Amino acid sequence: MSETPHIDIDYVAKLARLDMSEEEKSKLGSQLDDILGYFDKLNSVDVEGVEPMAHAHRVANVWREGDLTGETYAPEILTGMAPDHRDNQVVVPKVVE
Amino acid sequence: MPYEAVIGLEIHVQIKTRTKMFSAAPYQYGAAPNTLTDAVVLGLPGTLPVLNYAAIEKCAKLGLMLGCEIAEVCKWDRKNYFYPDSPKNYQLTQNEEPLCIGGKVEIELPGPSRNVEGDHRWVTLNRIHLEEDPGKLTHEAFETVIDFNRAGAPLAEIVTEPDMSSSTEAVAFLNCLRNMIVYAGISDCDMEKGQFRCDANVSLRPVGTNKLGTRTEMKNLNSISNVKAAIEYEIDRQTEVLKKGGSITQETRRWDVESSSSFPLRSKEEAHDYRYFPDPDLMPVQMDRSRIKELEAELPEPPLDKQRRYQESFKLPFTLTSVLCVNRELCEFFEEALQTHQAPRQIANYISNDLLRELSAASDSGDCALDVGQCKLTPSHIATLVKIIDEGIISKQIGKEVFNEMFVTGEMPDAIVEKKGLKQSNDIDEIEALCREAIAGNAKAVAQYKEGNVKALNALKGPVMKATRGQANPAMLDGLLKKMIDEG
Amino acid sequence: MSDLHFKTITELAAMLAAGEITSVAITQAVIDRTAAVDAQVKAFLSSDPKDALSQAKASDERRIAGKSLGPLDGIPIGIKDTLAVKDQPLRCASKMLENYVSPFDATCIAKLRKAGVVIWGRLNMDEFAMGSSTENSAYQTTCNPWNLETIPGGSSGGSAAAMAAGEAIATIGTDTGGSIRQPAALCGVVGMKPTYGLISRYGLVAFASSLDQVGPFARTVEDAALLMEAMLSKDPLDSTSIAPQGETNYAAALKEKMGPWKLGVPQEFFAEGIDPEVKTNIEKAIDWYKSQGCEIVDISLPHSELAVPVYYIVATAEASSNLARFDGVRYGHRSDEAKDAMTLFTKSRGEGFGDEVKRRIILGTYVLSSGYYDAYYLRAQKVRRRILGDFEKAFEQVDAILTPTSPTPAFKRGERADDPLAMYLSDVFTISVNLAGLPAISIPSGFTESGLPIGLQVIGKAFGEADMFAIANAFEQSHGYYKMMPAL
Repeated sequence: MSETPHIDIDYVAKLARLDMSEEEKSKLGSQLDDILGYFDKLNSVDVEGVEPMAHAHRVANVWREGDLTGETYAPEILTGMAPDHRDNQVVVPKVVE
Repeated sequence: MPYEAVIGLEIHVQIKTRTKMFSAAPYQYGAAPNTLTDAVVLGLPGTLPVLNYAAIEKCAKLGLMLGCEIAEVCKWDRKNYFYPDSPKNYQLTQNEEPLCIGGKVEIELPGPSRNVEGDHRWVTLNRIHLEEDPGKLTHEAFETVIDFNRAGAPLAEIVTEPDMSSSTEAVAFLNCLRNMIVYAGISDCDMEKGQFRCDANVSLRPVGTNKLGTRTEMKNLNSISNVKAAIEYEIDRQTEVLKKGGSITQETRRWDVESSSSFPLRSKEEAHDYRYFPDPDLMPVQMDRSRIKELEAELPEPPLDKQRRYQESFKLPFTLTSVLCVNRELCEFFEEALQTHQAPRQIANYISNDLLRELSAASDSGDCALDVGQCKLTPSHIATLVKIIDEGIISKQIGKEVFNEMFVTGEMPDAIVEKKGLKQSNDIDEIEALCREAIAGNAKAVAQYKEGNVKALNALKGPVMKATRGQANPAMLDGLLKKMIDEG
Repeated sequence: MSDLHFKTITELAAMLAAGEITSVAITQAVIDRTAAVDAQVKAFLSSDPKDALSQAKASDERRIAGKSLGPLDGIPIGIKDTLAVKDQPLRCASKMLENYVSPFDATCIAKLRKAGVVIWGRLNMDEFAMGSSTENSAYQTTCNPWNLETIPGGSSGGSAAAMAAGEAIATIGTDTGGSIRQPAALCGVVGMKPTYGLISRYGLVAFASSLDQVGPFARTVEDAALLMEAMLSKDPLDSTSIAPQGETNYAAALKEKMGPWKLGVPQEFFAEGIDPEVKTNIEKAIDWYKSQGCEIVDISLPHSELAVPVYYIVATAEASSNLARFDGVRYGHRSDEAKDAMTLFTKSRGEGFGDEVKRRIILGTYVLSSGYYDAYYLRAQKVRRRILGDFEKAFEQVDAILTPTSPTPAFKRGERADDPLAMYLSDVFTISVNLAGLPAISIPSGFTESGLPIGLQVIGKAFGEADMFAIANAFEQSHGYYKMMPAL
């Protein structure tokens, strides 16, 4: 990682499902390489045996008891916001498996 | 070089809860499109998941049933991938720290014939974790439409080790697994409703070697027969490739029922890079050990344990246990009947033959297995029926008639016998008189019997039974006829 | 009463209680002020004066009926465009959500409604709260009312600028890495970020879930305390929300608690990169506390220089996943060029998101991707715990920590637009607080020679809001900078 880091931006953009022009990609690429270089600072600290911190506090066992049914949305709420819909279903271009 | 197959299965089981995994929206199969959603299910901006504790308990119970270790702590991860059926474009799942670890399932392989019990073995599990179901896509001619009703339904994913070597083993595993899950009340496992789905990983290796070959993954196997066919197809396909000196490509394939063959999935070609990371919206779950002990105590006896016990304690043959033990309700019915009358063999016979036949005829679908609770007969009906036969109050023959009557009306057998006057006749004078008539009326049968043809006697019994409407005590009739012919 | 719009909540509440004024009059004053100055400030993305006046009318009717809901009843409060208000646009200053209207209220909004607040308008921000200058809004660039050539800070720049310009009596923002405190400092108002979990995140469009918190902007510390009290909740819809601990009558307590306190000053925060005028100003503030009998303790937060890289890894990783739901399927922008599942996603997202959002999604996707997770994300999570450890150690010795809020005063528009790294460094004093989940407040502490506001940050212990408010209040009341208004 202390080698000059470089993002394979085509691969990452595809993973992230972001369409970008070549110009956008090249500008972003060099900016991100700078930022990644800055991230190298992290290697200066010893984290051996440190527990990763995924949450800001240590609370556990938060859940909903009783399996009780709540309110549902009428399909019109979804169809009212969906870019395309038919017969209460959301329509998208044909998905090929 | 001969090859052997190595098969691992991933089974998604929809856990039977009223509400979804991370929201209070209800889930049931077959509802009108997009009527079972809320802001969380649709992944609207600003929504957050909240764990349904019922799903955790049911999954822990499933794990205990399948011999898993229940983790001290389980956590939630995001599996990131884009697909139109996924409202958040990540799936909440348990990657790093699943709820259930390890486990093993006893399976029963098919015997040489239907009436003979096959070998048993254990299949090792890797883990069981919880995750959320996506919505449902329907592909039309030019478009795809999406129903989000199913989105967020709780799924337990059961992952086996690559521990099976044939389609037969895989099928036996799935059947035994399904029985256990249904037994424990975790899911109805109706494959047609998508409650029990299977993916199969298949690889080949030269016989006698240990290293696993490159595997392919078969998706969307939505019936047991598809699982069988897809695995067999894949073993044949891979064998062909290897025999020609080719190599297997690691890929996901979809089974096509129409053509009975499988094809690589285009959308899955891209390397899997799911970018798992701990979900920041959900906190870890610490499993309460005392609660786990309670859940363990609630577990039903596994079907194959029950089968062994019935064979050993009640001396029931495999032909009966194989019918009874796949159905927990039937077994409970059977054991309750034994409380009234200790005649396991006869009671088991009535349940697995007469009762199931009538249930099957009565139910439209022809699938009777789960309808025991809905029929009018109670265990005490059957026990009483067997009891009055054993006590000689009615004959077995009359017993059949009484059974059919009580199945329809729900009346107790003794009441039916009383009402219809079906009690067995032990009136020796009447039966003797009728026998005399029968012997006089059928000299041919008498002669045949005298020549040693015992069956000829039946021709003489018939008229007597007819005259007594079947109520003549069969043993008495038999004795009298023989005695009268011999003597006379 | 021409300057109603510059009064504090406590002043207005007293006037309302005394019957000297109505909520309709206050609301009308704010509406008029907005109409007069927002063409210059550009703080509001949209507003609905009719709706605000009808809420105000309802408040006045409650008061007349003797059913006032407390000091916030009838006070017009502006809302950042990232918080869901039922039936109002929720665009997060993004083209992606151009036509999106929320079908539900965020929990904090519902709580404010219960306190009788008049919900007033949608405030500009950096798109999806990503930025430190509000230049990343897809709709408009908000100007700092103290100098219209400069930025108001960000991401809650609209909330801060509206406050400073008198376009609302208070506003609500969100703070992921300083997005309330930094614009508050740059606009010369009070801005506060609570302990992580004290205010529900339900209805806050997630940027980085483990860092995001809702908080108030106000003219005075006491006003901010009142708003905090109203928004506190252990929300069943947010699994990360927690019940408050200790003193929660913040507004009452801040007048009773008079110290003297032990205050920590981290040497690391006064080193390189800090503007000399800011440095001198904050040193003077520290001297003031010393003169009041507070003990000033030199403390060390040795990992604070790592806070920026840790933050930009954790926050972008979470954001890359949180923003995956904006896909053009169920709501939001869908590209006309969407031809299949892939272009549906790539084109819709490519067109819908602005540069900074794309930059962060790419960065976040990268740090989670196969082969890089351990080096970036996992390591950042571990360093994050080290940063928390630094604070925990410091708080063994001190009641609160004093720092500058921002290393520089407001900078000129466009100055850092092409240098994201420089922009990221403007959050250097605020982000470690989010990483550690602590409460912090920024209060006006004076002006630069050119008349730009400077902010003092008071960082409290977890759940130490009461002390933090009292410490900030003491300085505010003795200096009175809150009485200074920009000339517009």
